[in-house]
Amino acid sequence: MWPLNFGGMVSGLVCGFLFGFVLENAGFGSSTKLTAQFRLTDWSVFKVMFTAIVVAAAGLWLLRLAGLMRADAVFVPQALIVASAVGGALVGAGFALGGYCPGTSVVGLSSGRLDAAVFVVGLLLGTTLFAGLFDHGMRKLMSMGEVIDGDTVVDAYGIPEPLVLALLAAALVGIFILGGWYERRGRGPVTAAEVLDAPEANAAR
Amino acid sequence: MSTASSGQGSPVRPFWSPVTAGVVLGLVLLLTFVVSGHGLGASGAFSHLVAWGAQLTTPEAAKGNGYLGPMLAEGHALDSWITWEVLGVGLGAAVAAFMAGRFKVQVEGCRTIGRTSRLVRALAGGMLAGFGARVSAGCTSGLGLSGAAVLSISAFVFLVLFFATGLLVHRFARGE
Repeated sequence: MWPLNFGGMVSGLVCGFLFGFVLENAGFGSSTKLTAQFRLTDWSVFKVMFTAIVVAAAGLWLLRLAGLMRADAVFVPQALIVASAVGGALVGAGFALGGYCPGTSVVGLSSGRLDAAVFVVGLLLGTTLFAGLFDHGMRKLMSMGEVIDGDTVVDAYGIPEPLVLALLAAALVGIFILGGWYERRGRGPVTAAEVLDAPEANAAR
Repeated sequence: MSTASSGQGSPVRPFWSPVTAGVVLGLVLLLTFVVSGHGLGASGAFSHLVAWGAQLTTPEAAKGNGYLGPMLAEGHALDSWITWEVLGVGLGAAVAAFMAGRFKVQVEGCRTIGRTSRLVRALAGGMLAGFGARVSAGCTSGLGLSGAAVLSISAFVFLVLFFATGLLVHRFARGE
């Protein structure tokens, strides 16, 4: 029965390698492409993230239905409303301002982007600052707004899992329709040639 | 959209379509759940790195710190899955970038605001994201992506606030 619970070096390296390989191929090592999502001219970030969420969520559900995956065996983050909201807002602000999130900054660094290297230095400083403030308010803030009834929307609110998956799939279709409309209306997705300032990109402008 | 040439003459391959990238990413995430019992992540490795650095420079303070102390007691950074996973991310991205002719040493996004401003913003953005990812105990990949795949309440709250604030801050910080 799955999961296998391989927690070692090889498992980490292999999963991470595939993750980084896909993110770079999606164009997510480029701060220009990533921030174009917030300019609403390139919806790749929304499209890729939501597609991946739906594929993985549906896959986990099917594996459980088929009896291959143990129920409740995968890690689910604790439902802490205040911590997730404050953290989400700060990471979103950092993404819009700095051009990356923690994972994509590693991809940018590996693609030779110096702004990503500086972003990584910022990550280390921000983490150090957090550690310094942890015993001075952070611990208390993070424990606020805990959902007692469960950590997933299925457990806490009793929404059937197939319905949640259907809602996610509907949101995915909506993102592709809305995103496609914005992309056709604006200048469209950022291409690799544009990011690298290749001659073709300059000619296309 | 066809292949273009970079300055060095190596062919630049286009990015994957969002559907391709999204489906493959979803399958990689699913594989990660099957193999490890949890999802993908990123920011956790930086916490381990900070804890390690603090232990080397100010061991007493690191041990007494409410956040870093317990993490150090759990074990070394190199004993944790997430450290190796993030090293893997760096390797995988480098291989992809080299294979597609997309590796280039450059400061991105400095065309309109200049190099110094761009790097100051990258530093400030990194600090905000680093701090924020600790408050929510996860970042866009660890909590947003992997958490949403297991239908976690925290993940959905994180994603809504992440995108709303990102849109808002982008409006105020225009000029890339």
